[in-house]
Amino acid sequence: MYVIARENKKVENKMTDTNTNTESNTNNTNKSSNLKIVESDLKIENSLYSELSSQFPDKVQLVYTKPKRIKIYVKPENIIEVAFFLRSHFGLDHAESVCGTDYPNENVIEVIYHLNSYSREELSQIIFALSTKTDRNSSYLPSLLPVFKSVEYHERETYEMLGVYFKGHPRNERFLLPEDWADIPPLKKDFRIKGR
Amino acid sequence: MIKDLINPTNFNLMVSKVSDVLVGALDKPLGYAINWGRIWSLWPVHLETACCSVEFGATSSPRYDCERFGIIEAFGSLRQCDLIVVQGTVTRKMAPRLRMVYDQMADPKYVIAMGACSITGGLYIDSYNVLPGIDGIIPVDVYVPGCPPRPETLIQGCMLLQEKIKRSKIK
Amino acid sequence: MTNEFSESLEKKLEETTKLGLEVVKEATEDRLMKLSVGPQHPGSGHFRFTIKVDGDYIVYCDPDPGYVHRGEEKMCEYRNFIQNIPHLERPVIHDSTNITYSYSLAVEELLGIEVPRRGQFIRAIASELNRQVYTLYWLAIYGIFLGHSTMFMWPAGDRELFIDLLTALTGARVTHAFNIPGGVRNDIPDGFKEKCLEYVNYFEKRLKEYENIFYNNPLFRQRTENVGILTKDDAINLGVTGSVLRASGVAYDVRKVEPYDVYNEIDFKVQYMKTCDSFARAYVPFLDMRESCHIIRQLLDKMPESGEVRMKLQSNPKGTPGESYKRVESGRGALSYYIVSDGSSRPYRVKISVGSFRNILALPHLLVGSRLGDMPCIYWALNYWPVEADR
Repeated sequence: MYVIARENKKVENKMTDTNTNTESNTNNTNKSSNLKIVESDLKIENSLYSELSSQFPDKVQLVYTKPKRIKIYVKPENIIEVAFFLRSHFGLDHAESVCGTDYPNENVIEVIYHLNSYSREELSQIIFALSTKTDRNSSYLPSLLPVFKSVEYHERETYEMLGVYFKGHPRNERFLLPEDWADIPPLKKDFRIKGR
Repeated sequence: MIKDLINPTNFNLMVSKVSDVLVGALDKPLGYAINWGRIWSLWPVHLETACCSVEFGATSSPRYDCERFGIIEAFGSLRQCDLIVVQGTVTRKMAPRLRMVYDQMADPKYVIAMGACSITGGLYIDSYNVLPGIDGIIPVDVYVPGCPPRPETLIQGCMLLQEKIKRSKIK
Repeated sequence: MTNEFSESLEKKLEETTKLGLEVVKEATEDRLMKLSVGPQHPGSGHFRFTIKVDGDYIVYCDPDPGYVHRGEEKMCEYRNFIQNIPHLERPVIHDSTNITYSYSLAVEELLGIEVPRRGQFIRAIASELNRQVYTLYWLAIYGIFLGHSTMFMWPAGDRELFIDLLTALTGARVTHAFNIPGGVRNDIPDGFKEKCLEYVNYFEKRLKEYENIFYNNPLFRQRTENVGILTKDDAINLGVTGSVLRASGVAYDVRKVEPYDVYNEIDFKVQYMKTCDSFARAYVPFLDMRESCHIIRQLLDKMPESGEVRMKLQSNPKGTPGESYKRVESGRGALSYYIVSDGSSRPYRVKISVGSFRNILALPHLLVGSRLGDMPCIYWALNYWPVEADR
């Protein structure tokens, strides 16, 4: 559904750009070119994934590809290896954000690294989401700090907001919350706001 | 005889009585002048607690220019200041610091609570890290509502404070 | 016998050297003085960092943010998509249109709706005007940091012009709540276009004066040039964004690399510098303001004369299950929202990734090794707004 909405937008833009002299013809060409556009939109994303899956055949799982977005799932034990590959071969050199999401029904906490590239122009528009999952009650994950320097404060924030301990991170400690915080991490779903 | 009258137990009482007498003696002839001096030299502390500080900055900008009402821009050290404008949300982490700043200031000192958040908690009333108003930490003289208040509102709040100082007894 | 003796001797030697090292270490620790900067400090604002100084040089820095941590991300989970807008713009009230822009984009993707073309243009205009407001306020506070009173007064005065425009457009001084999922709240008022052009023309003249009086000022240049060098590699490694990144020689602007709404029809250049110092970080936002004037003019030119400005939503809209990640270029750099929806009318998880939080990682990197007197120019040139970083 998303792709269709995007197609329409492209059509409108094209229509406004090109002078509509021969309406029927342009419509047809537009339609045919639309498909191409959609294909080429996902071209980089798919090629990224195929390259990755040829390198790690059974370690990497594709979650979705959308225009300019790709998300993969990796088990915690393989994440450093995959992240290192992403950095050295693809040139994804920094993390825009590290986000933890609590899923109490599945008893997991999902941690997503949104990676992006400054050094490669064709990849700078793509957000590469590298996700991993950990158990909710004993949440331990390897830290990606050796690979991406930029995750330092993001991982610290994830630790205090969701209680995910990052092994190898030098400072798994309080960052934004008050010094005397004695409750459970606030972004867990069991943490209820008073009166809500 | 004086030694009998003044001993360590009632010395404090004695001092307070003397100071009462002095205040009474000073208040009538000099009180107006002292308060007048205080009114036109209100120095706010440079303590920003949240986003209302943007409008506080705009208050001393050329268009609103609160200096013409005797409120000087916040540049000084807090030992020289006599006014705190609590600029917005006070979180649990900021609250002890706010109290510390208030304690370190020399008397007389006045407090203006600026913005809905510092009055009741405002938009963030159900947040886990925000205090519902600053009344529990420091005594407030003037409340300036708004989210954020316009600079004119803040200036009016300062003028209300000046009115209050004018009528108060000197300490 | 001799072996044992020599071994024990070696042990003793080792112990003494170790002890000696410790004594030396303690002595060097004694030389250091610990300073706490903020939160009550003329400048640092709602932010505290502890530094250790050895004489005049900073040898250690530990940022301690969180003085305005208000739990925005948790609050989002208790409100529906529309109710979230007013409190989400509070972190940067002087750049409120941009921080709600990417939220609206992300929610629109989840709701599967599209903004009418005129609405997209009005959004972009409001966003550019707000960028000017933000950058002028930032420049004004930079003046306070450097003890340059004129530098506070001029931008703070000119900022009111753009605030006037935004007041006419949205009805509020700084907290607009103008971008909503589906478009903008209302159409532009009569005579807005002429007034806007007039102000932009005036402001461009002012920008020339700004350059002469601030950026060509020998004092300003002395205090900022060659101070706090952040090389290109370091900038990329630390993942800084916005003007800090562009001052380090990386031409990266979200409006260019991933154009949202109408920005792919606008012709503009990404402004960047290669000197990597505090002066570059102070100058790039200025160049951005100049470029922004061109963008506003083009947007006003190309805007359709009439049409819908927003798509009517049903009340209490429900998102499709899934997630979206959208970003815009704000005054401080890429500002992105990651929203997970579980099919109900409330977001399941909202993550705000802000430029300030990413830029502050460069602060310890830059401060260690620099002089104490350079601290204010380095700190504020990082384009850091503490309220936004704490969320």
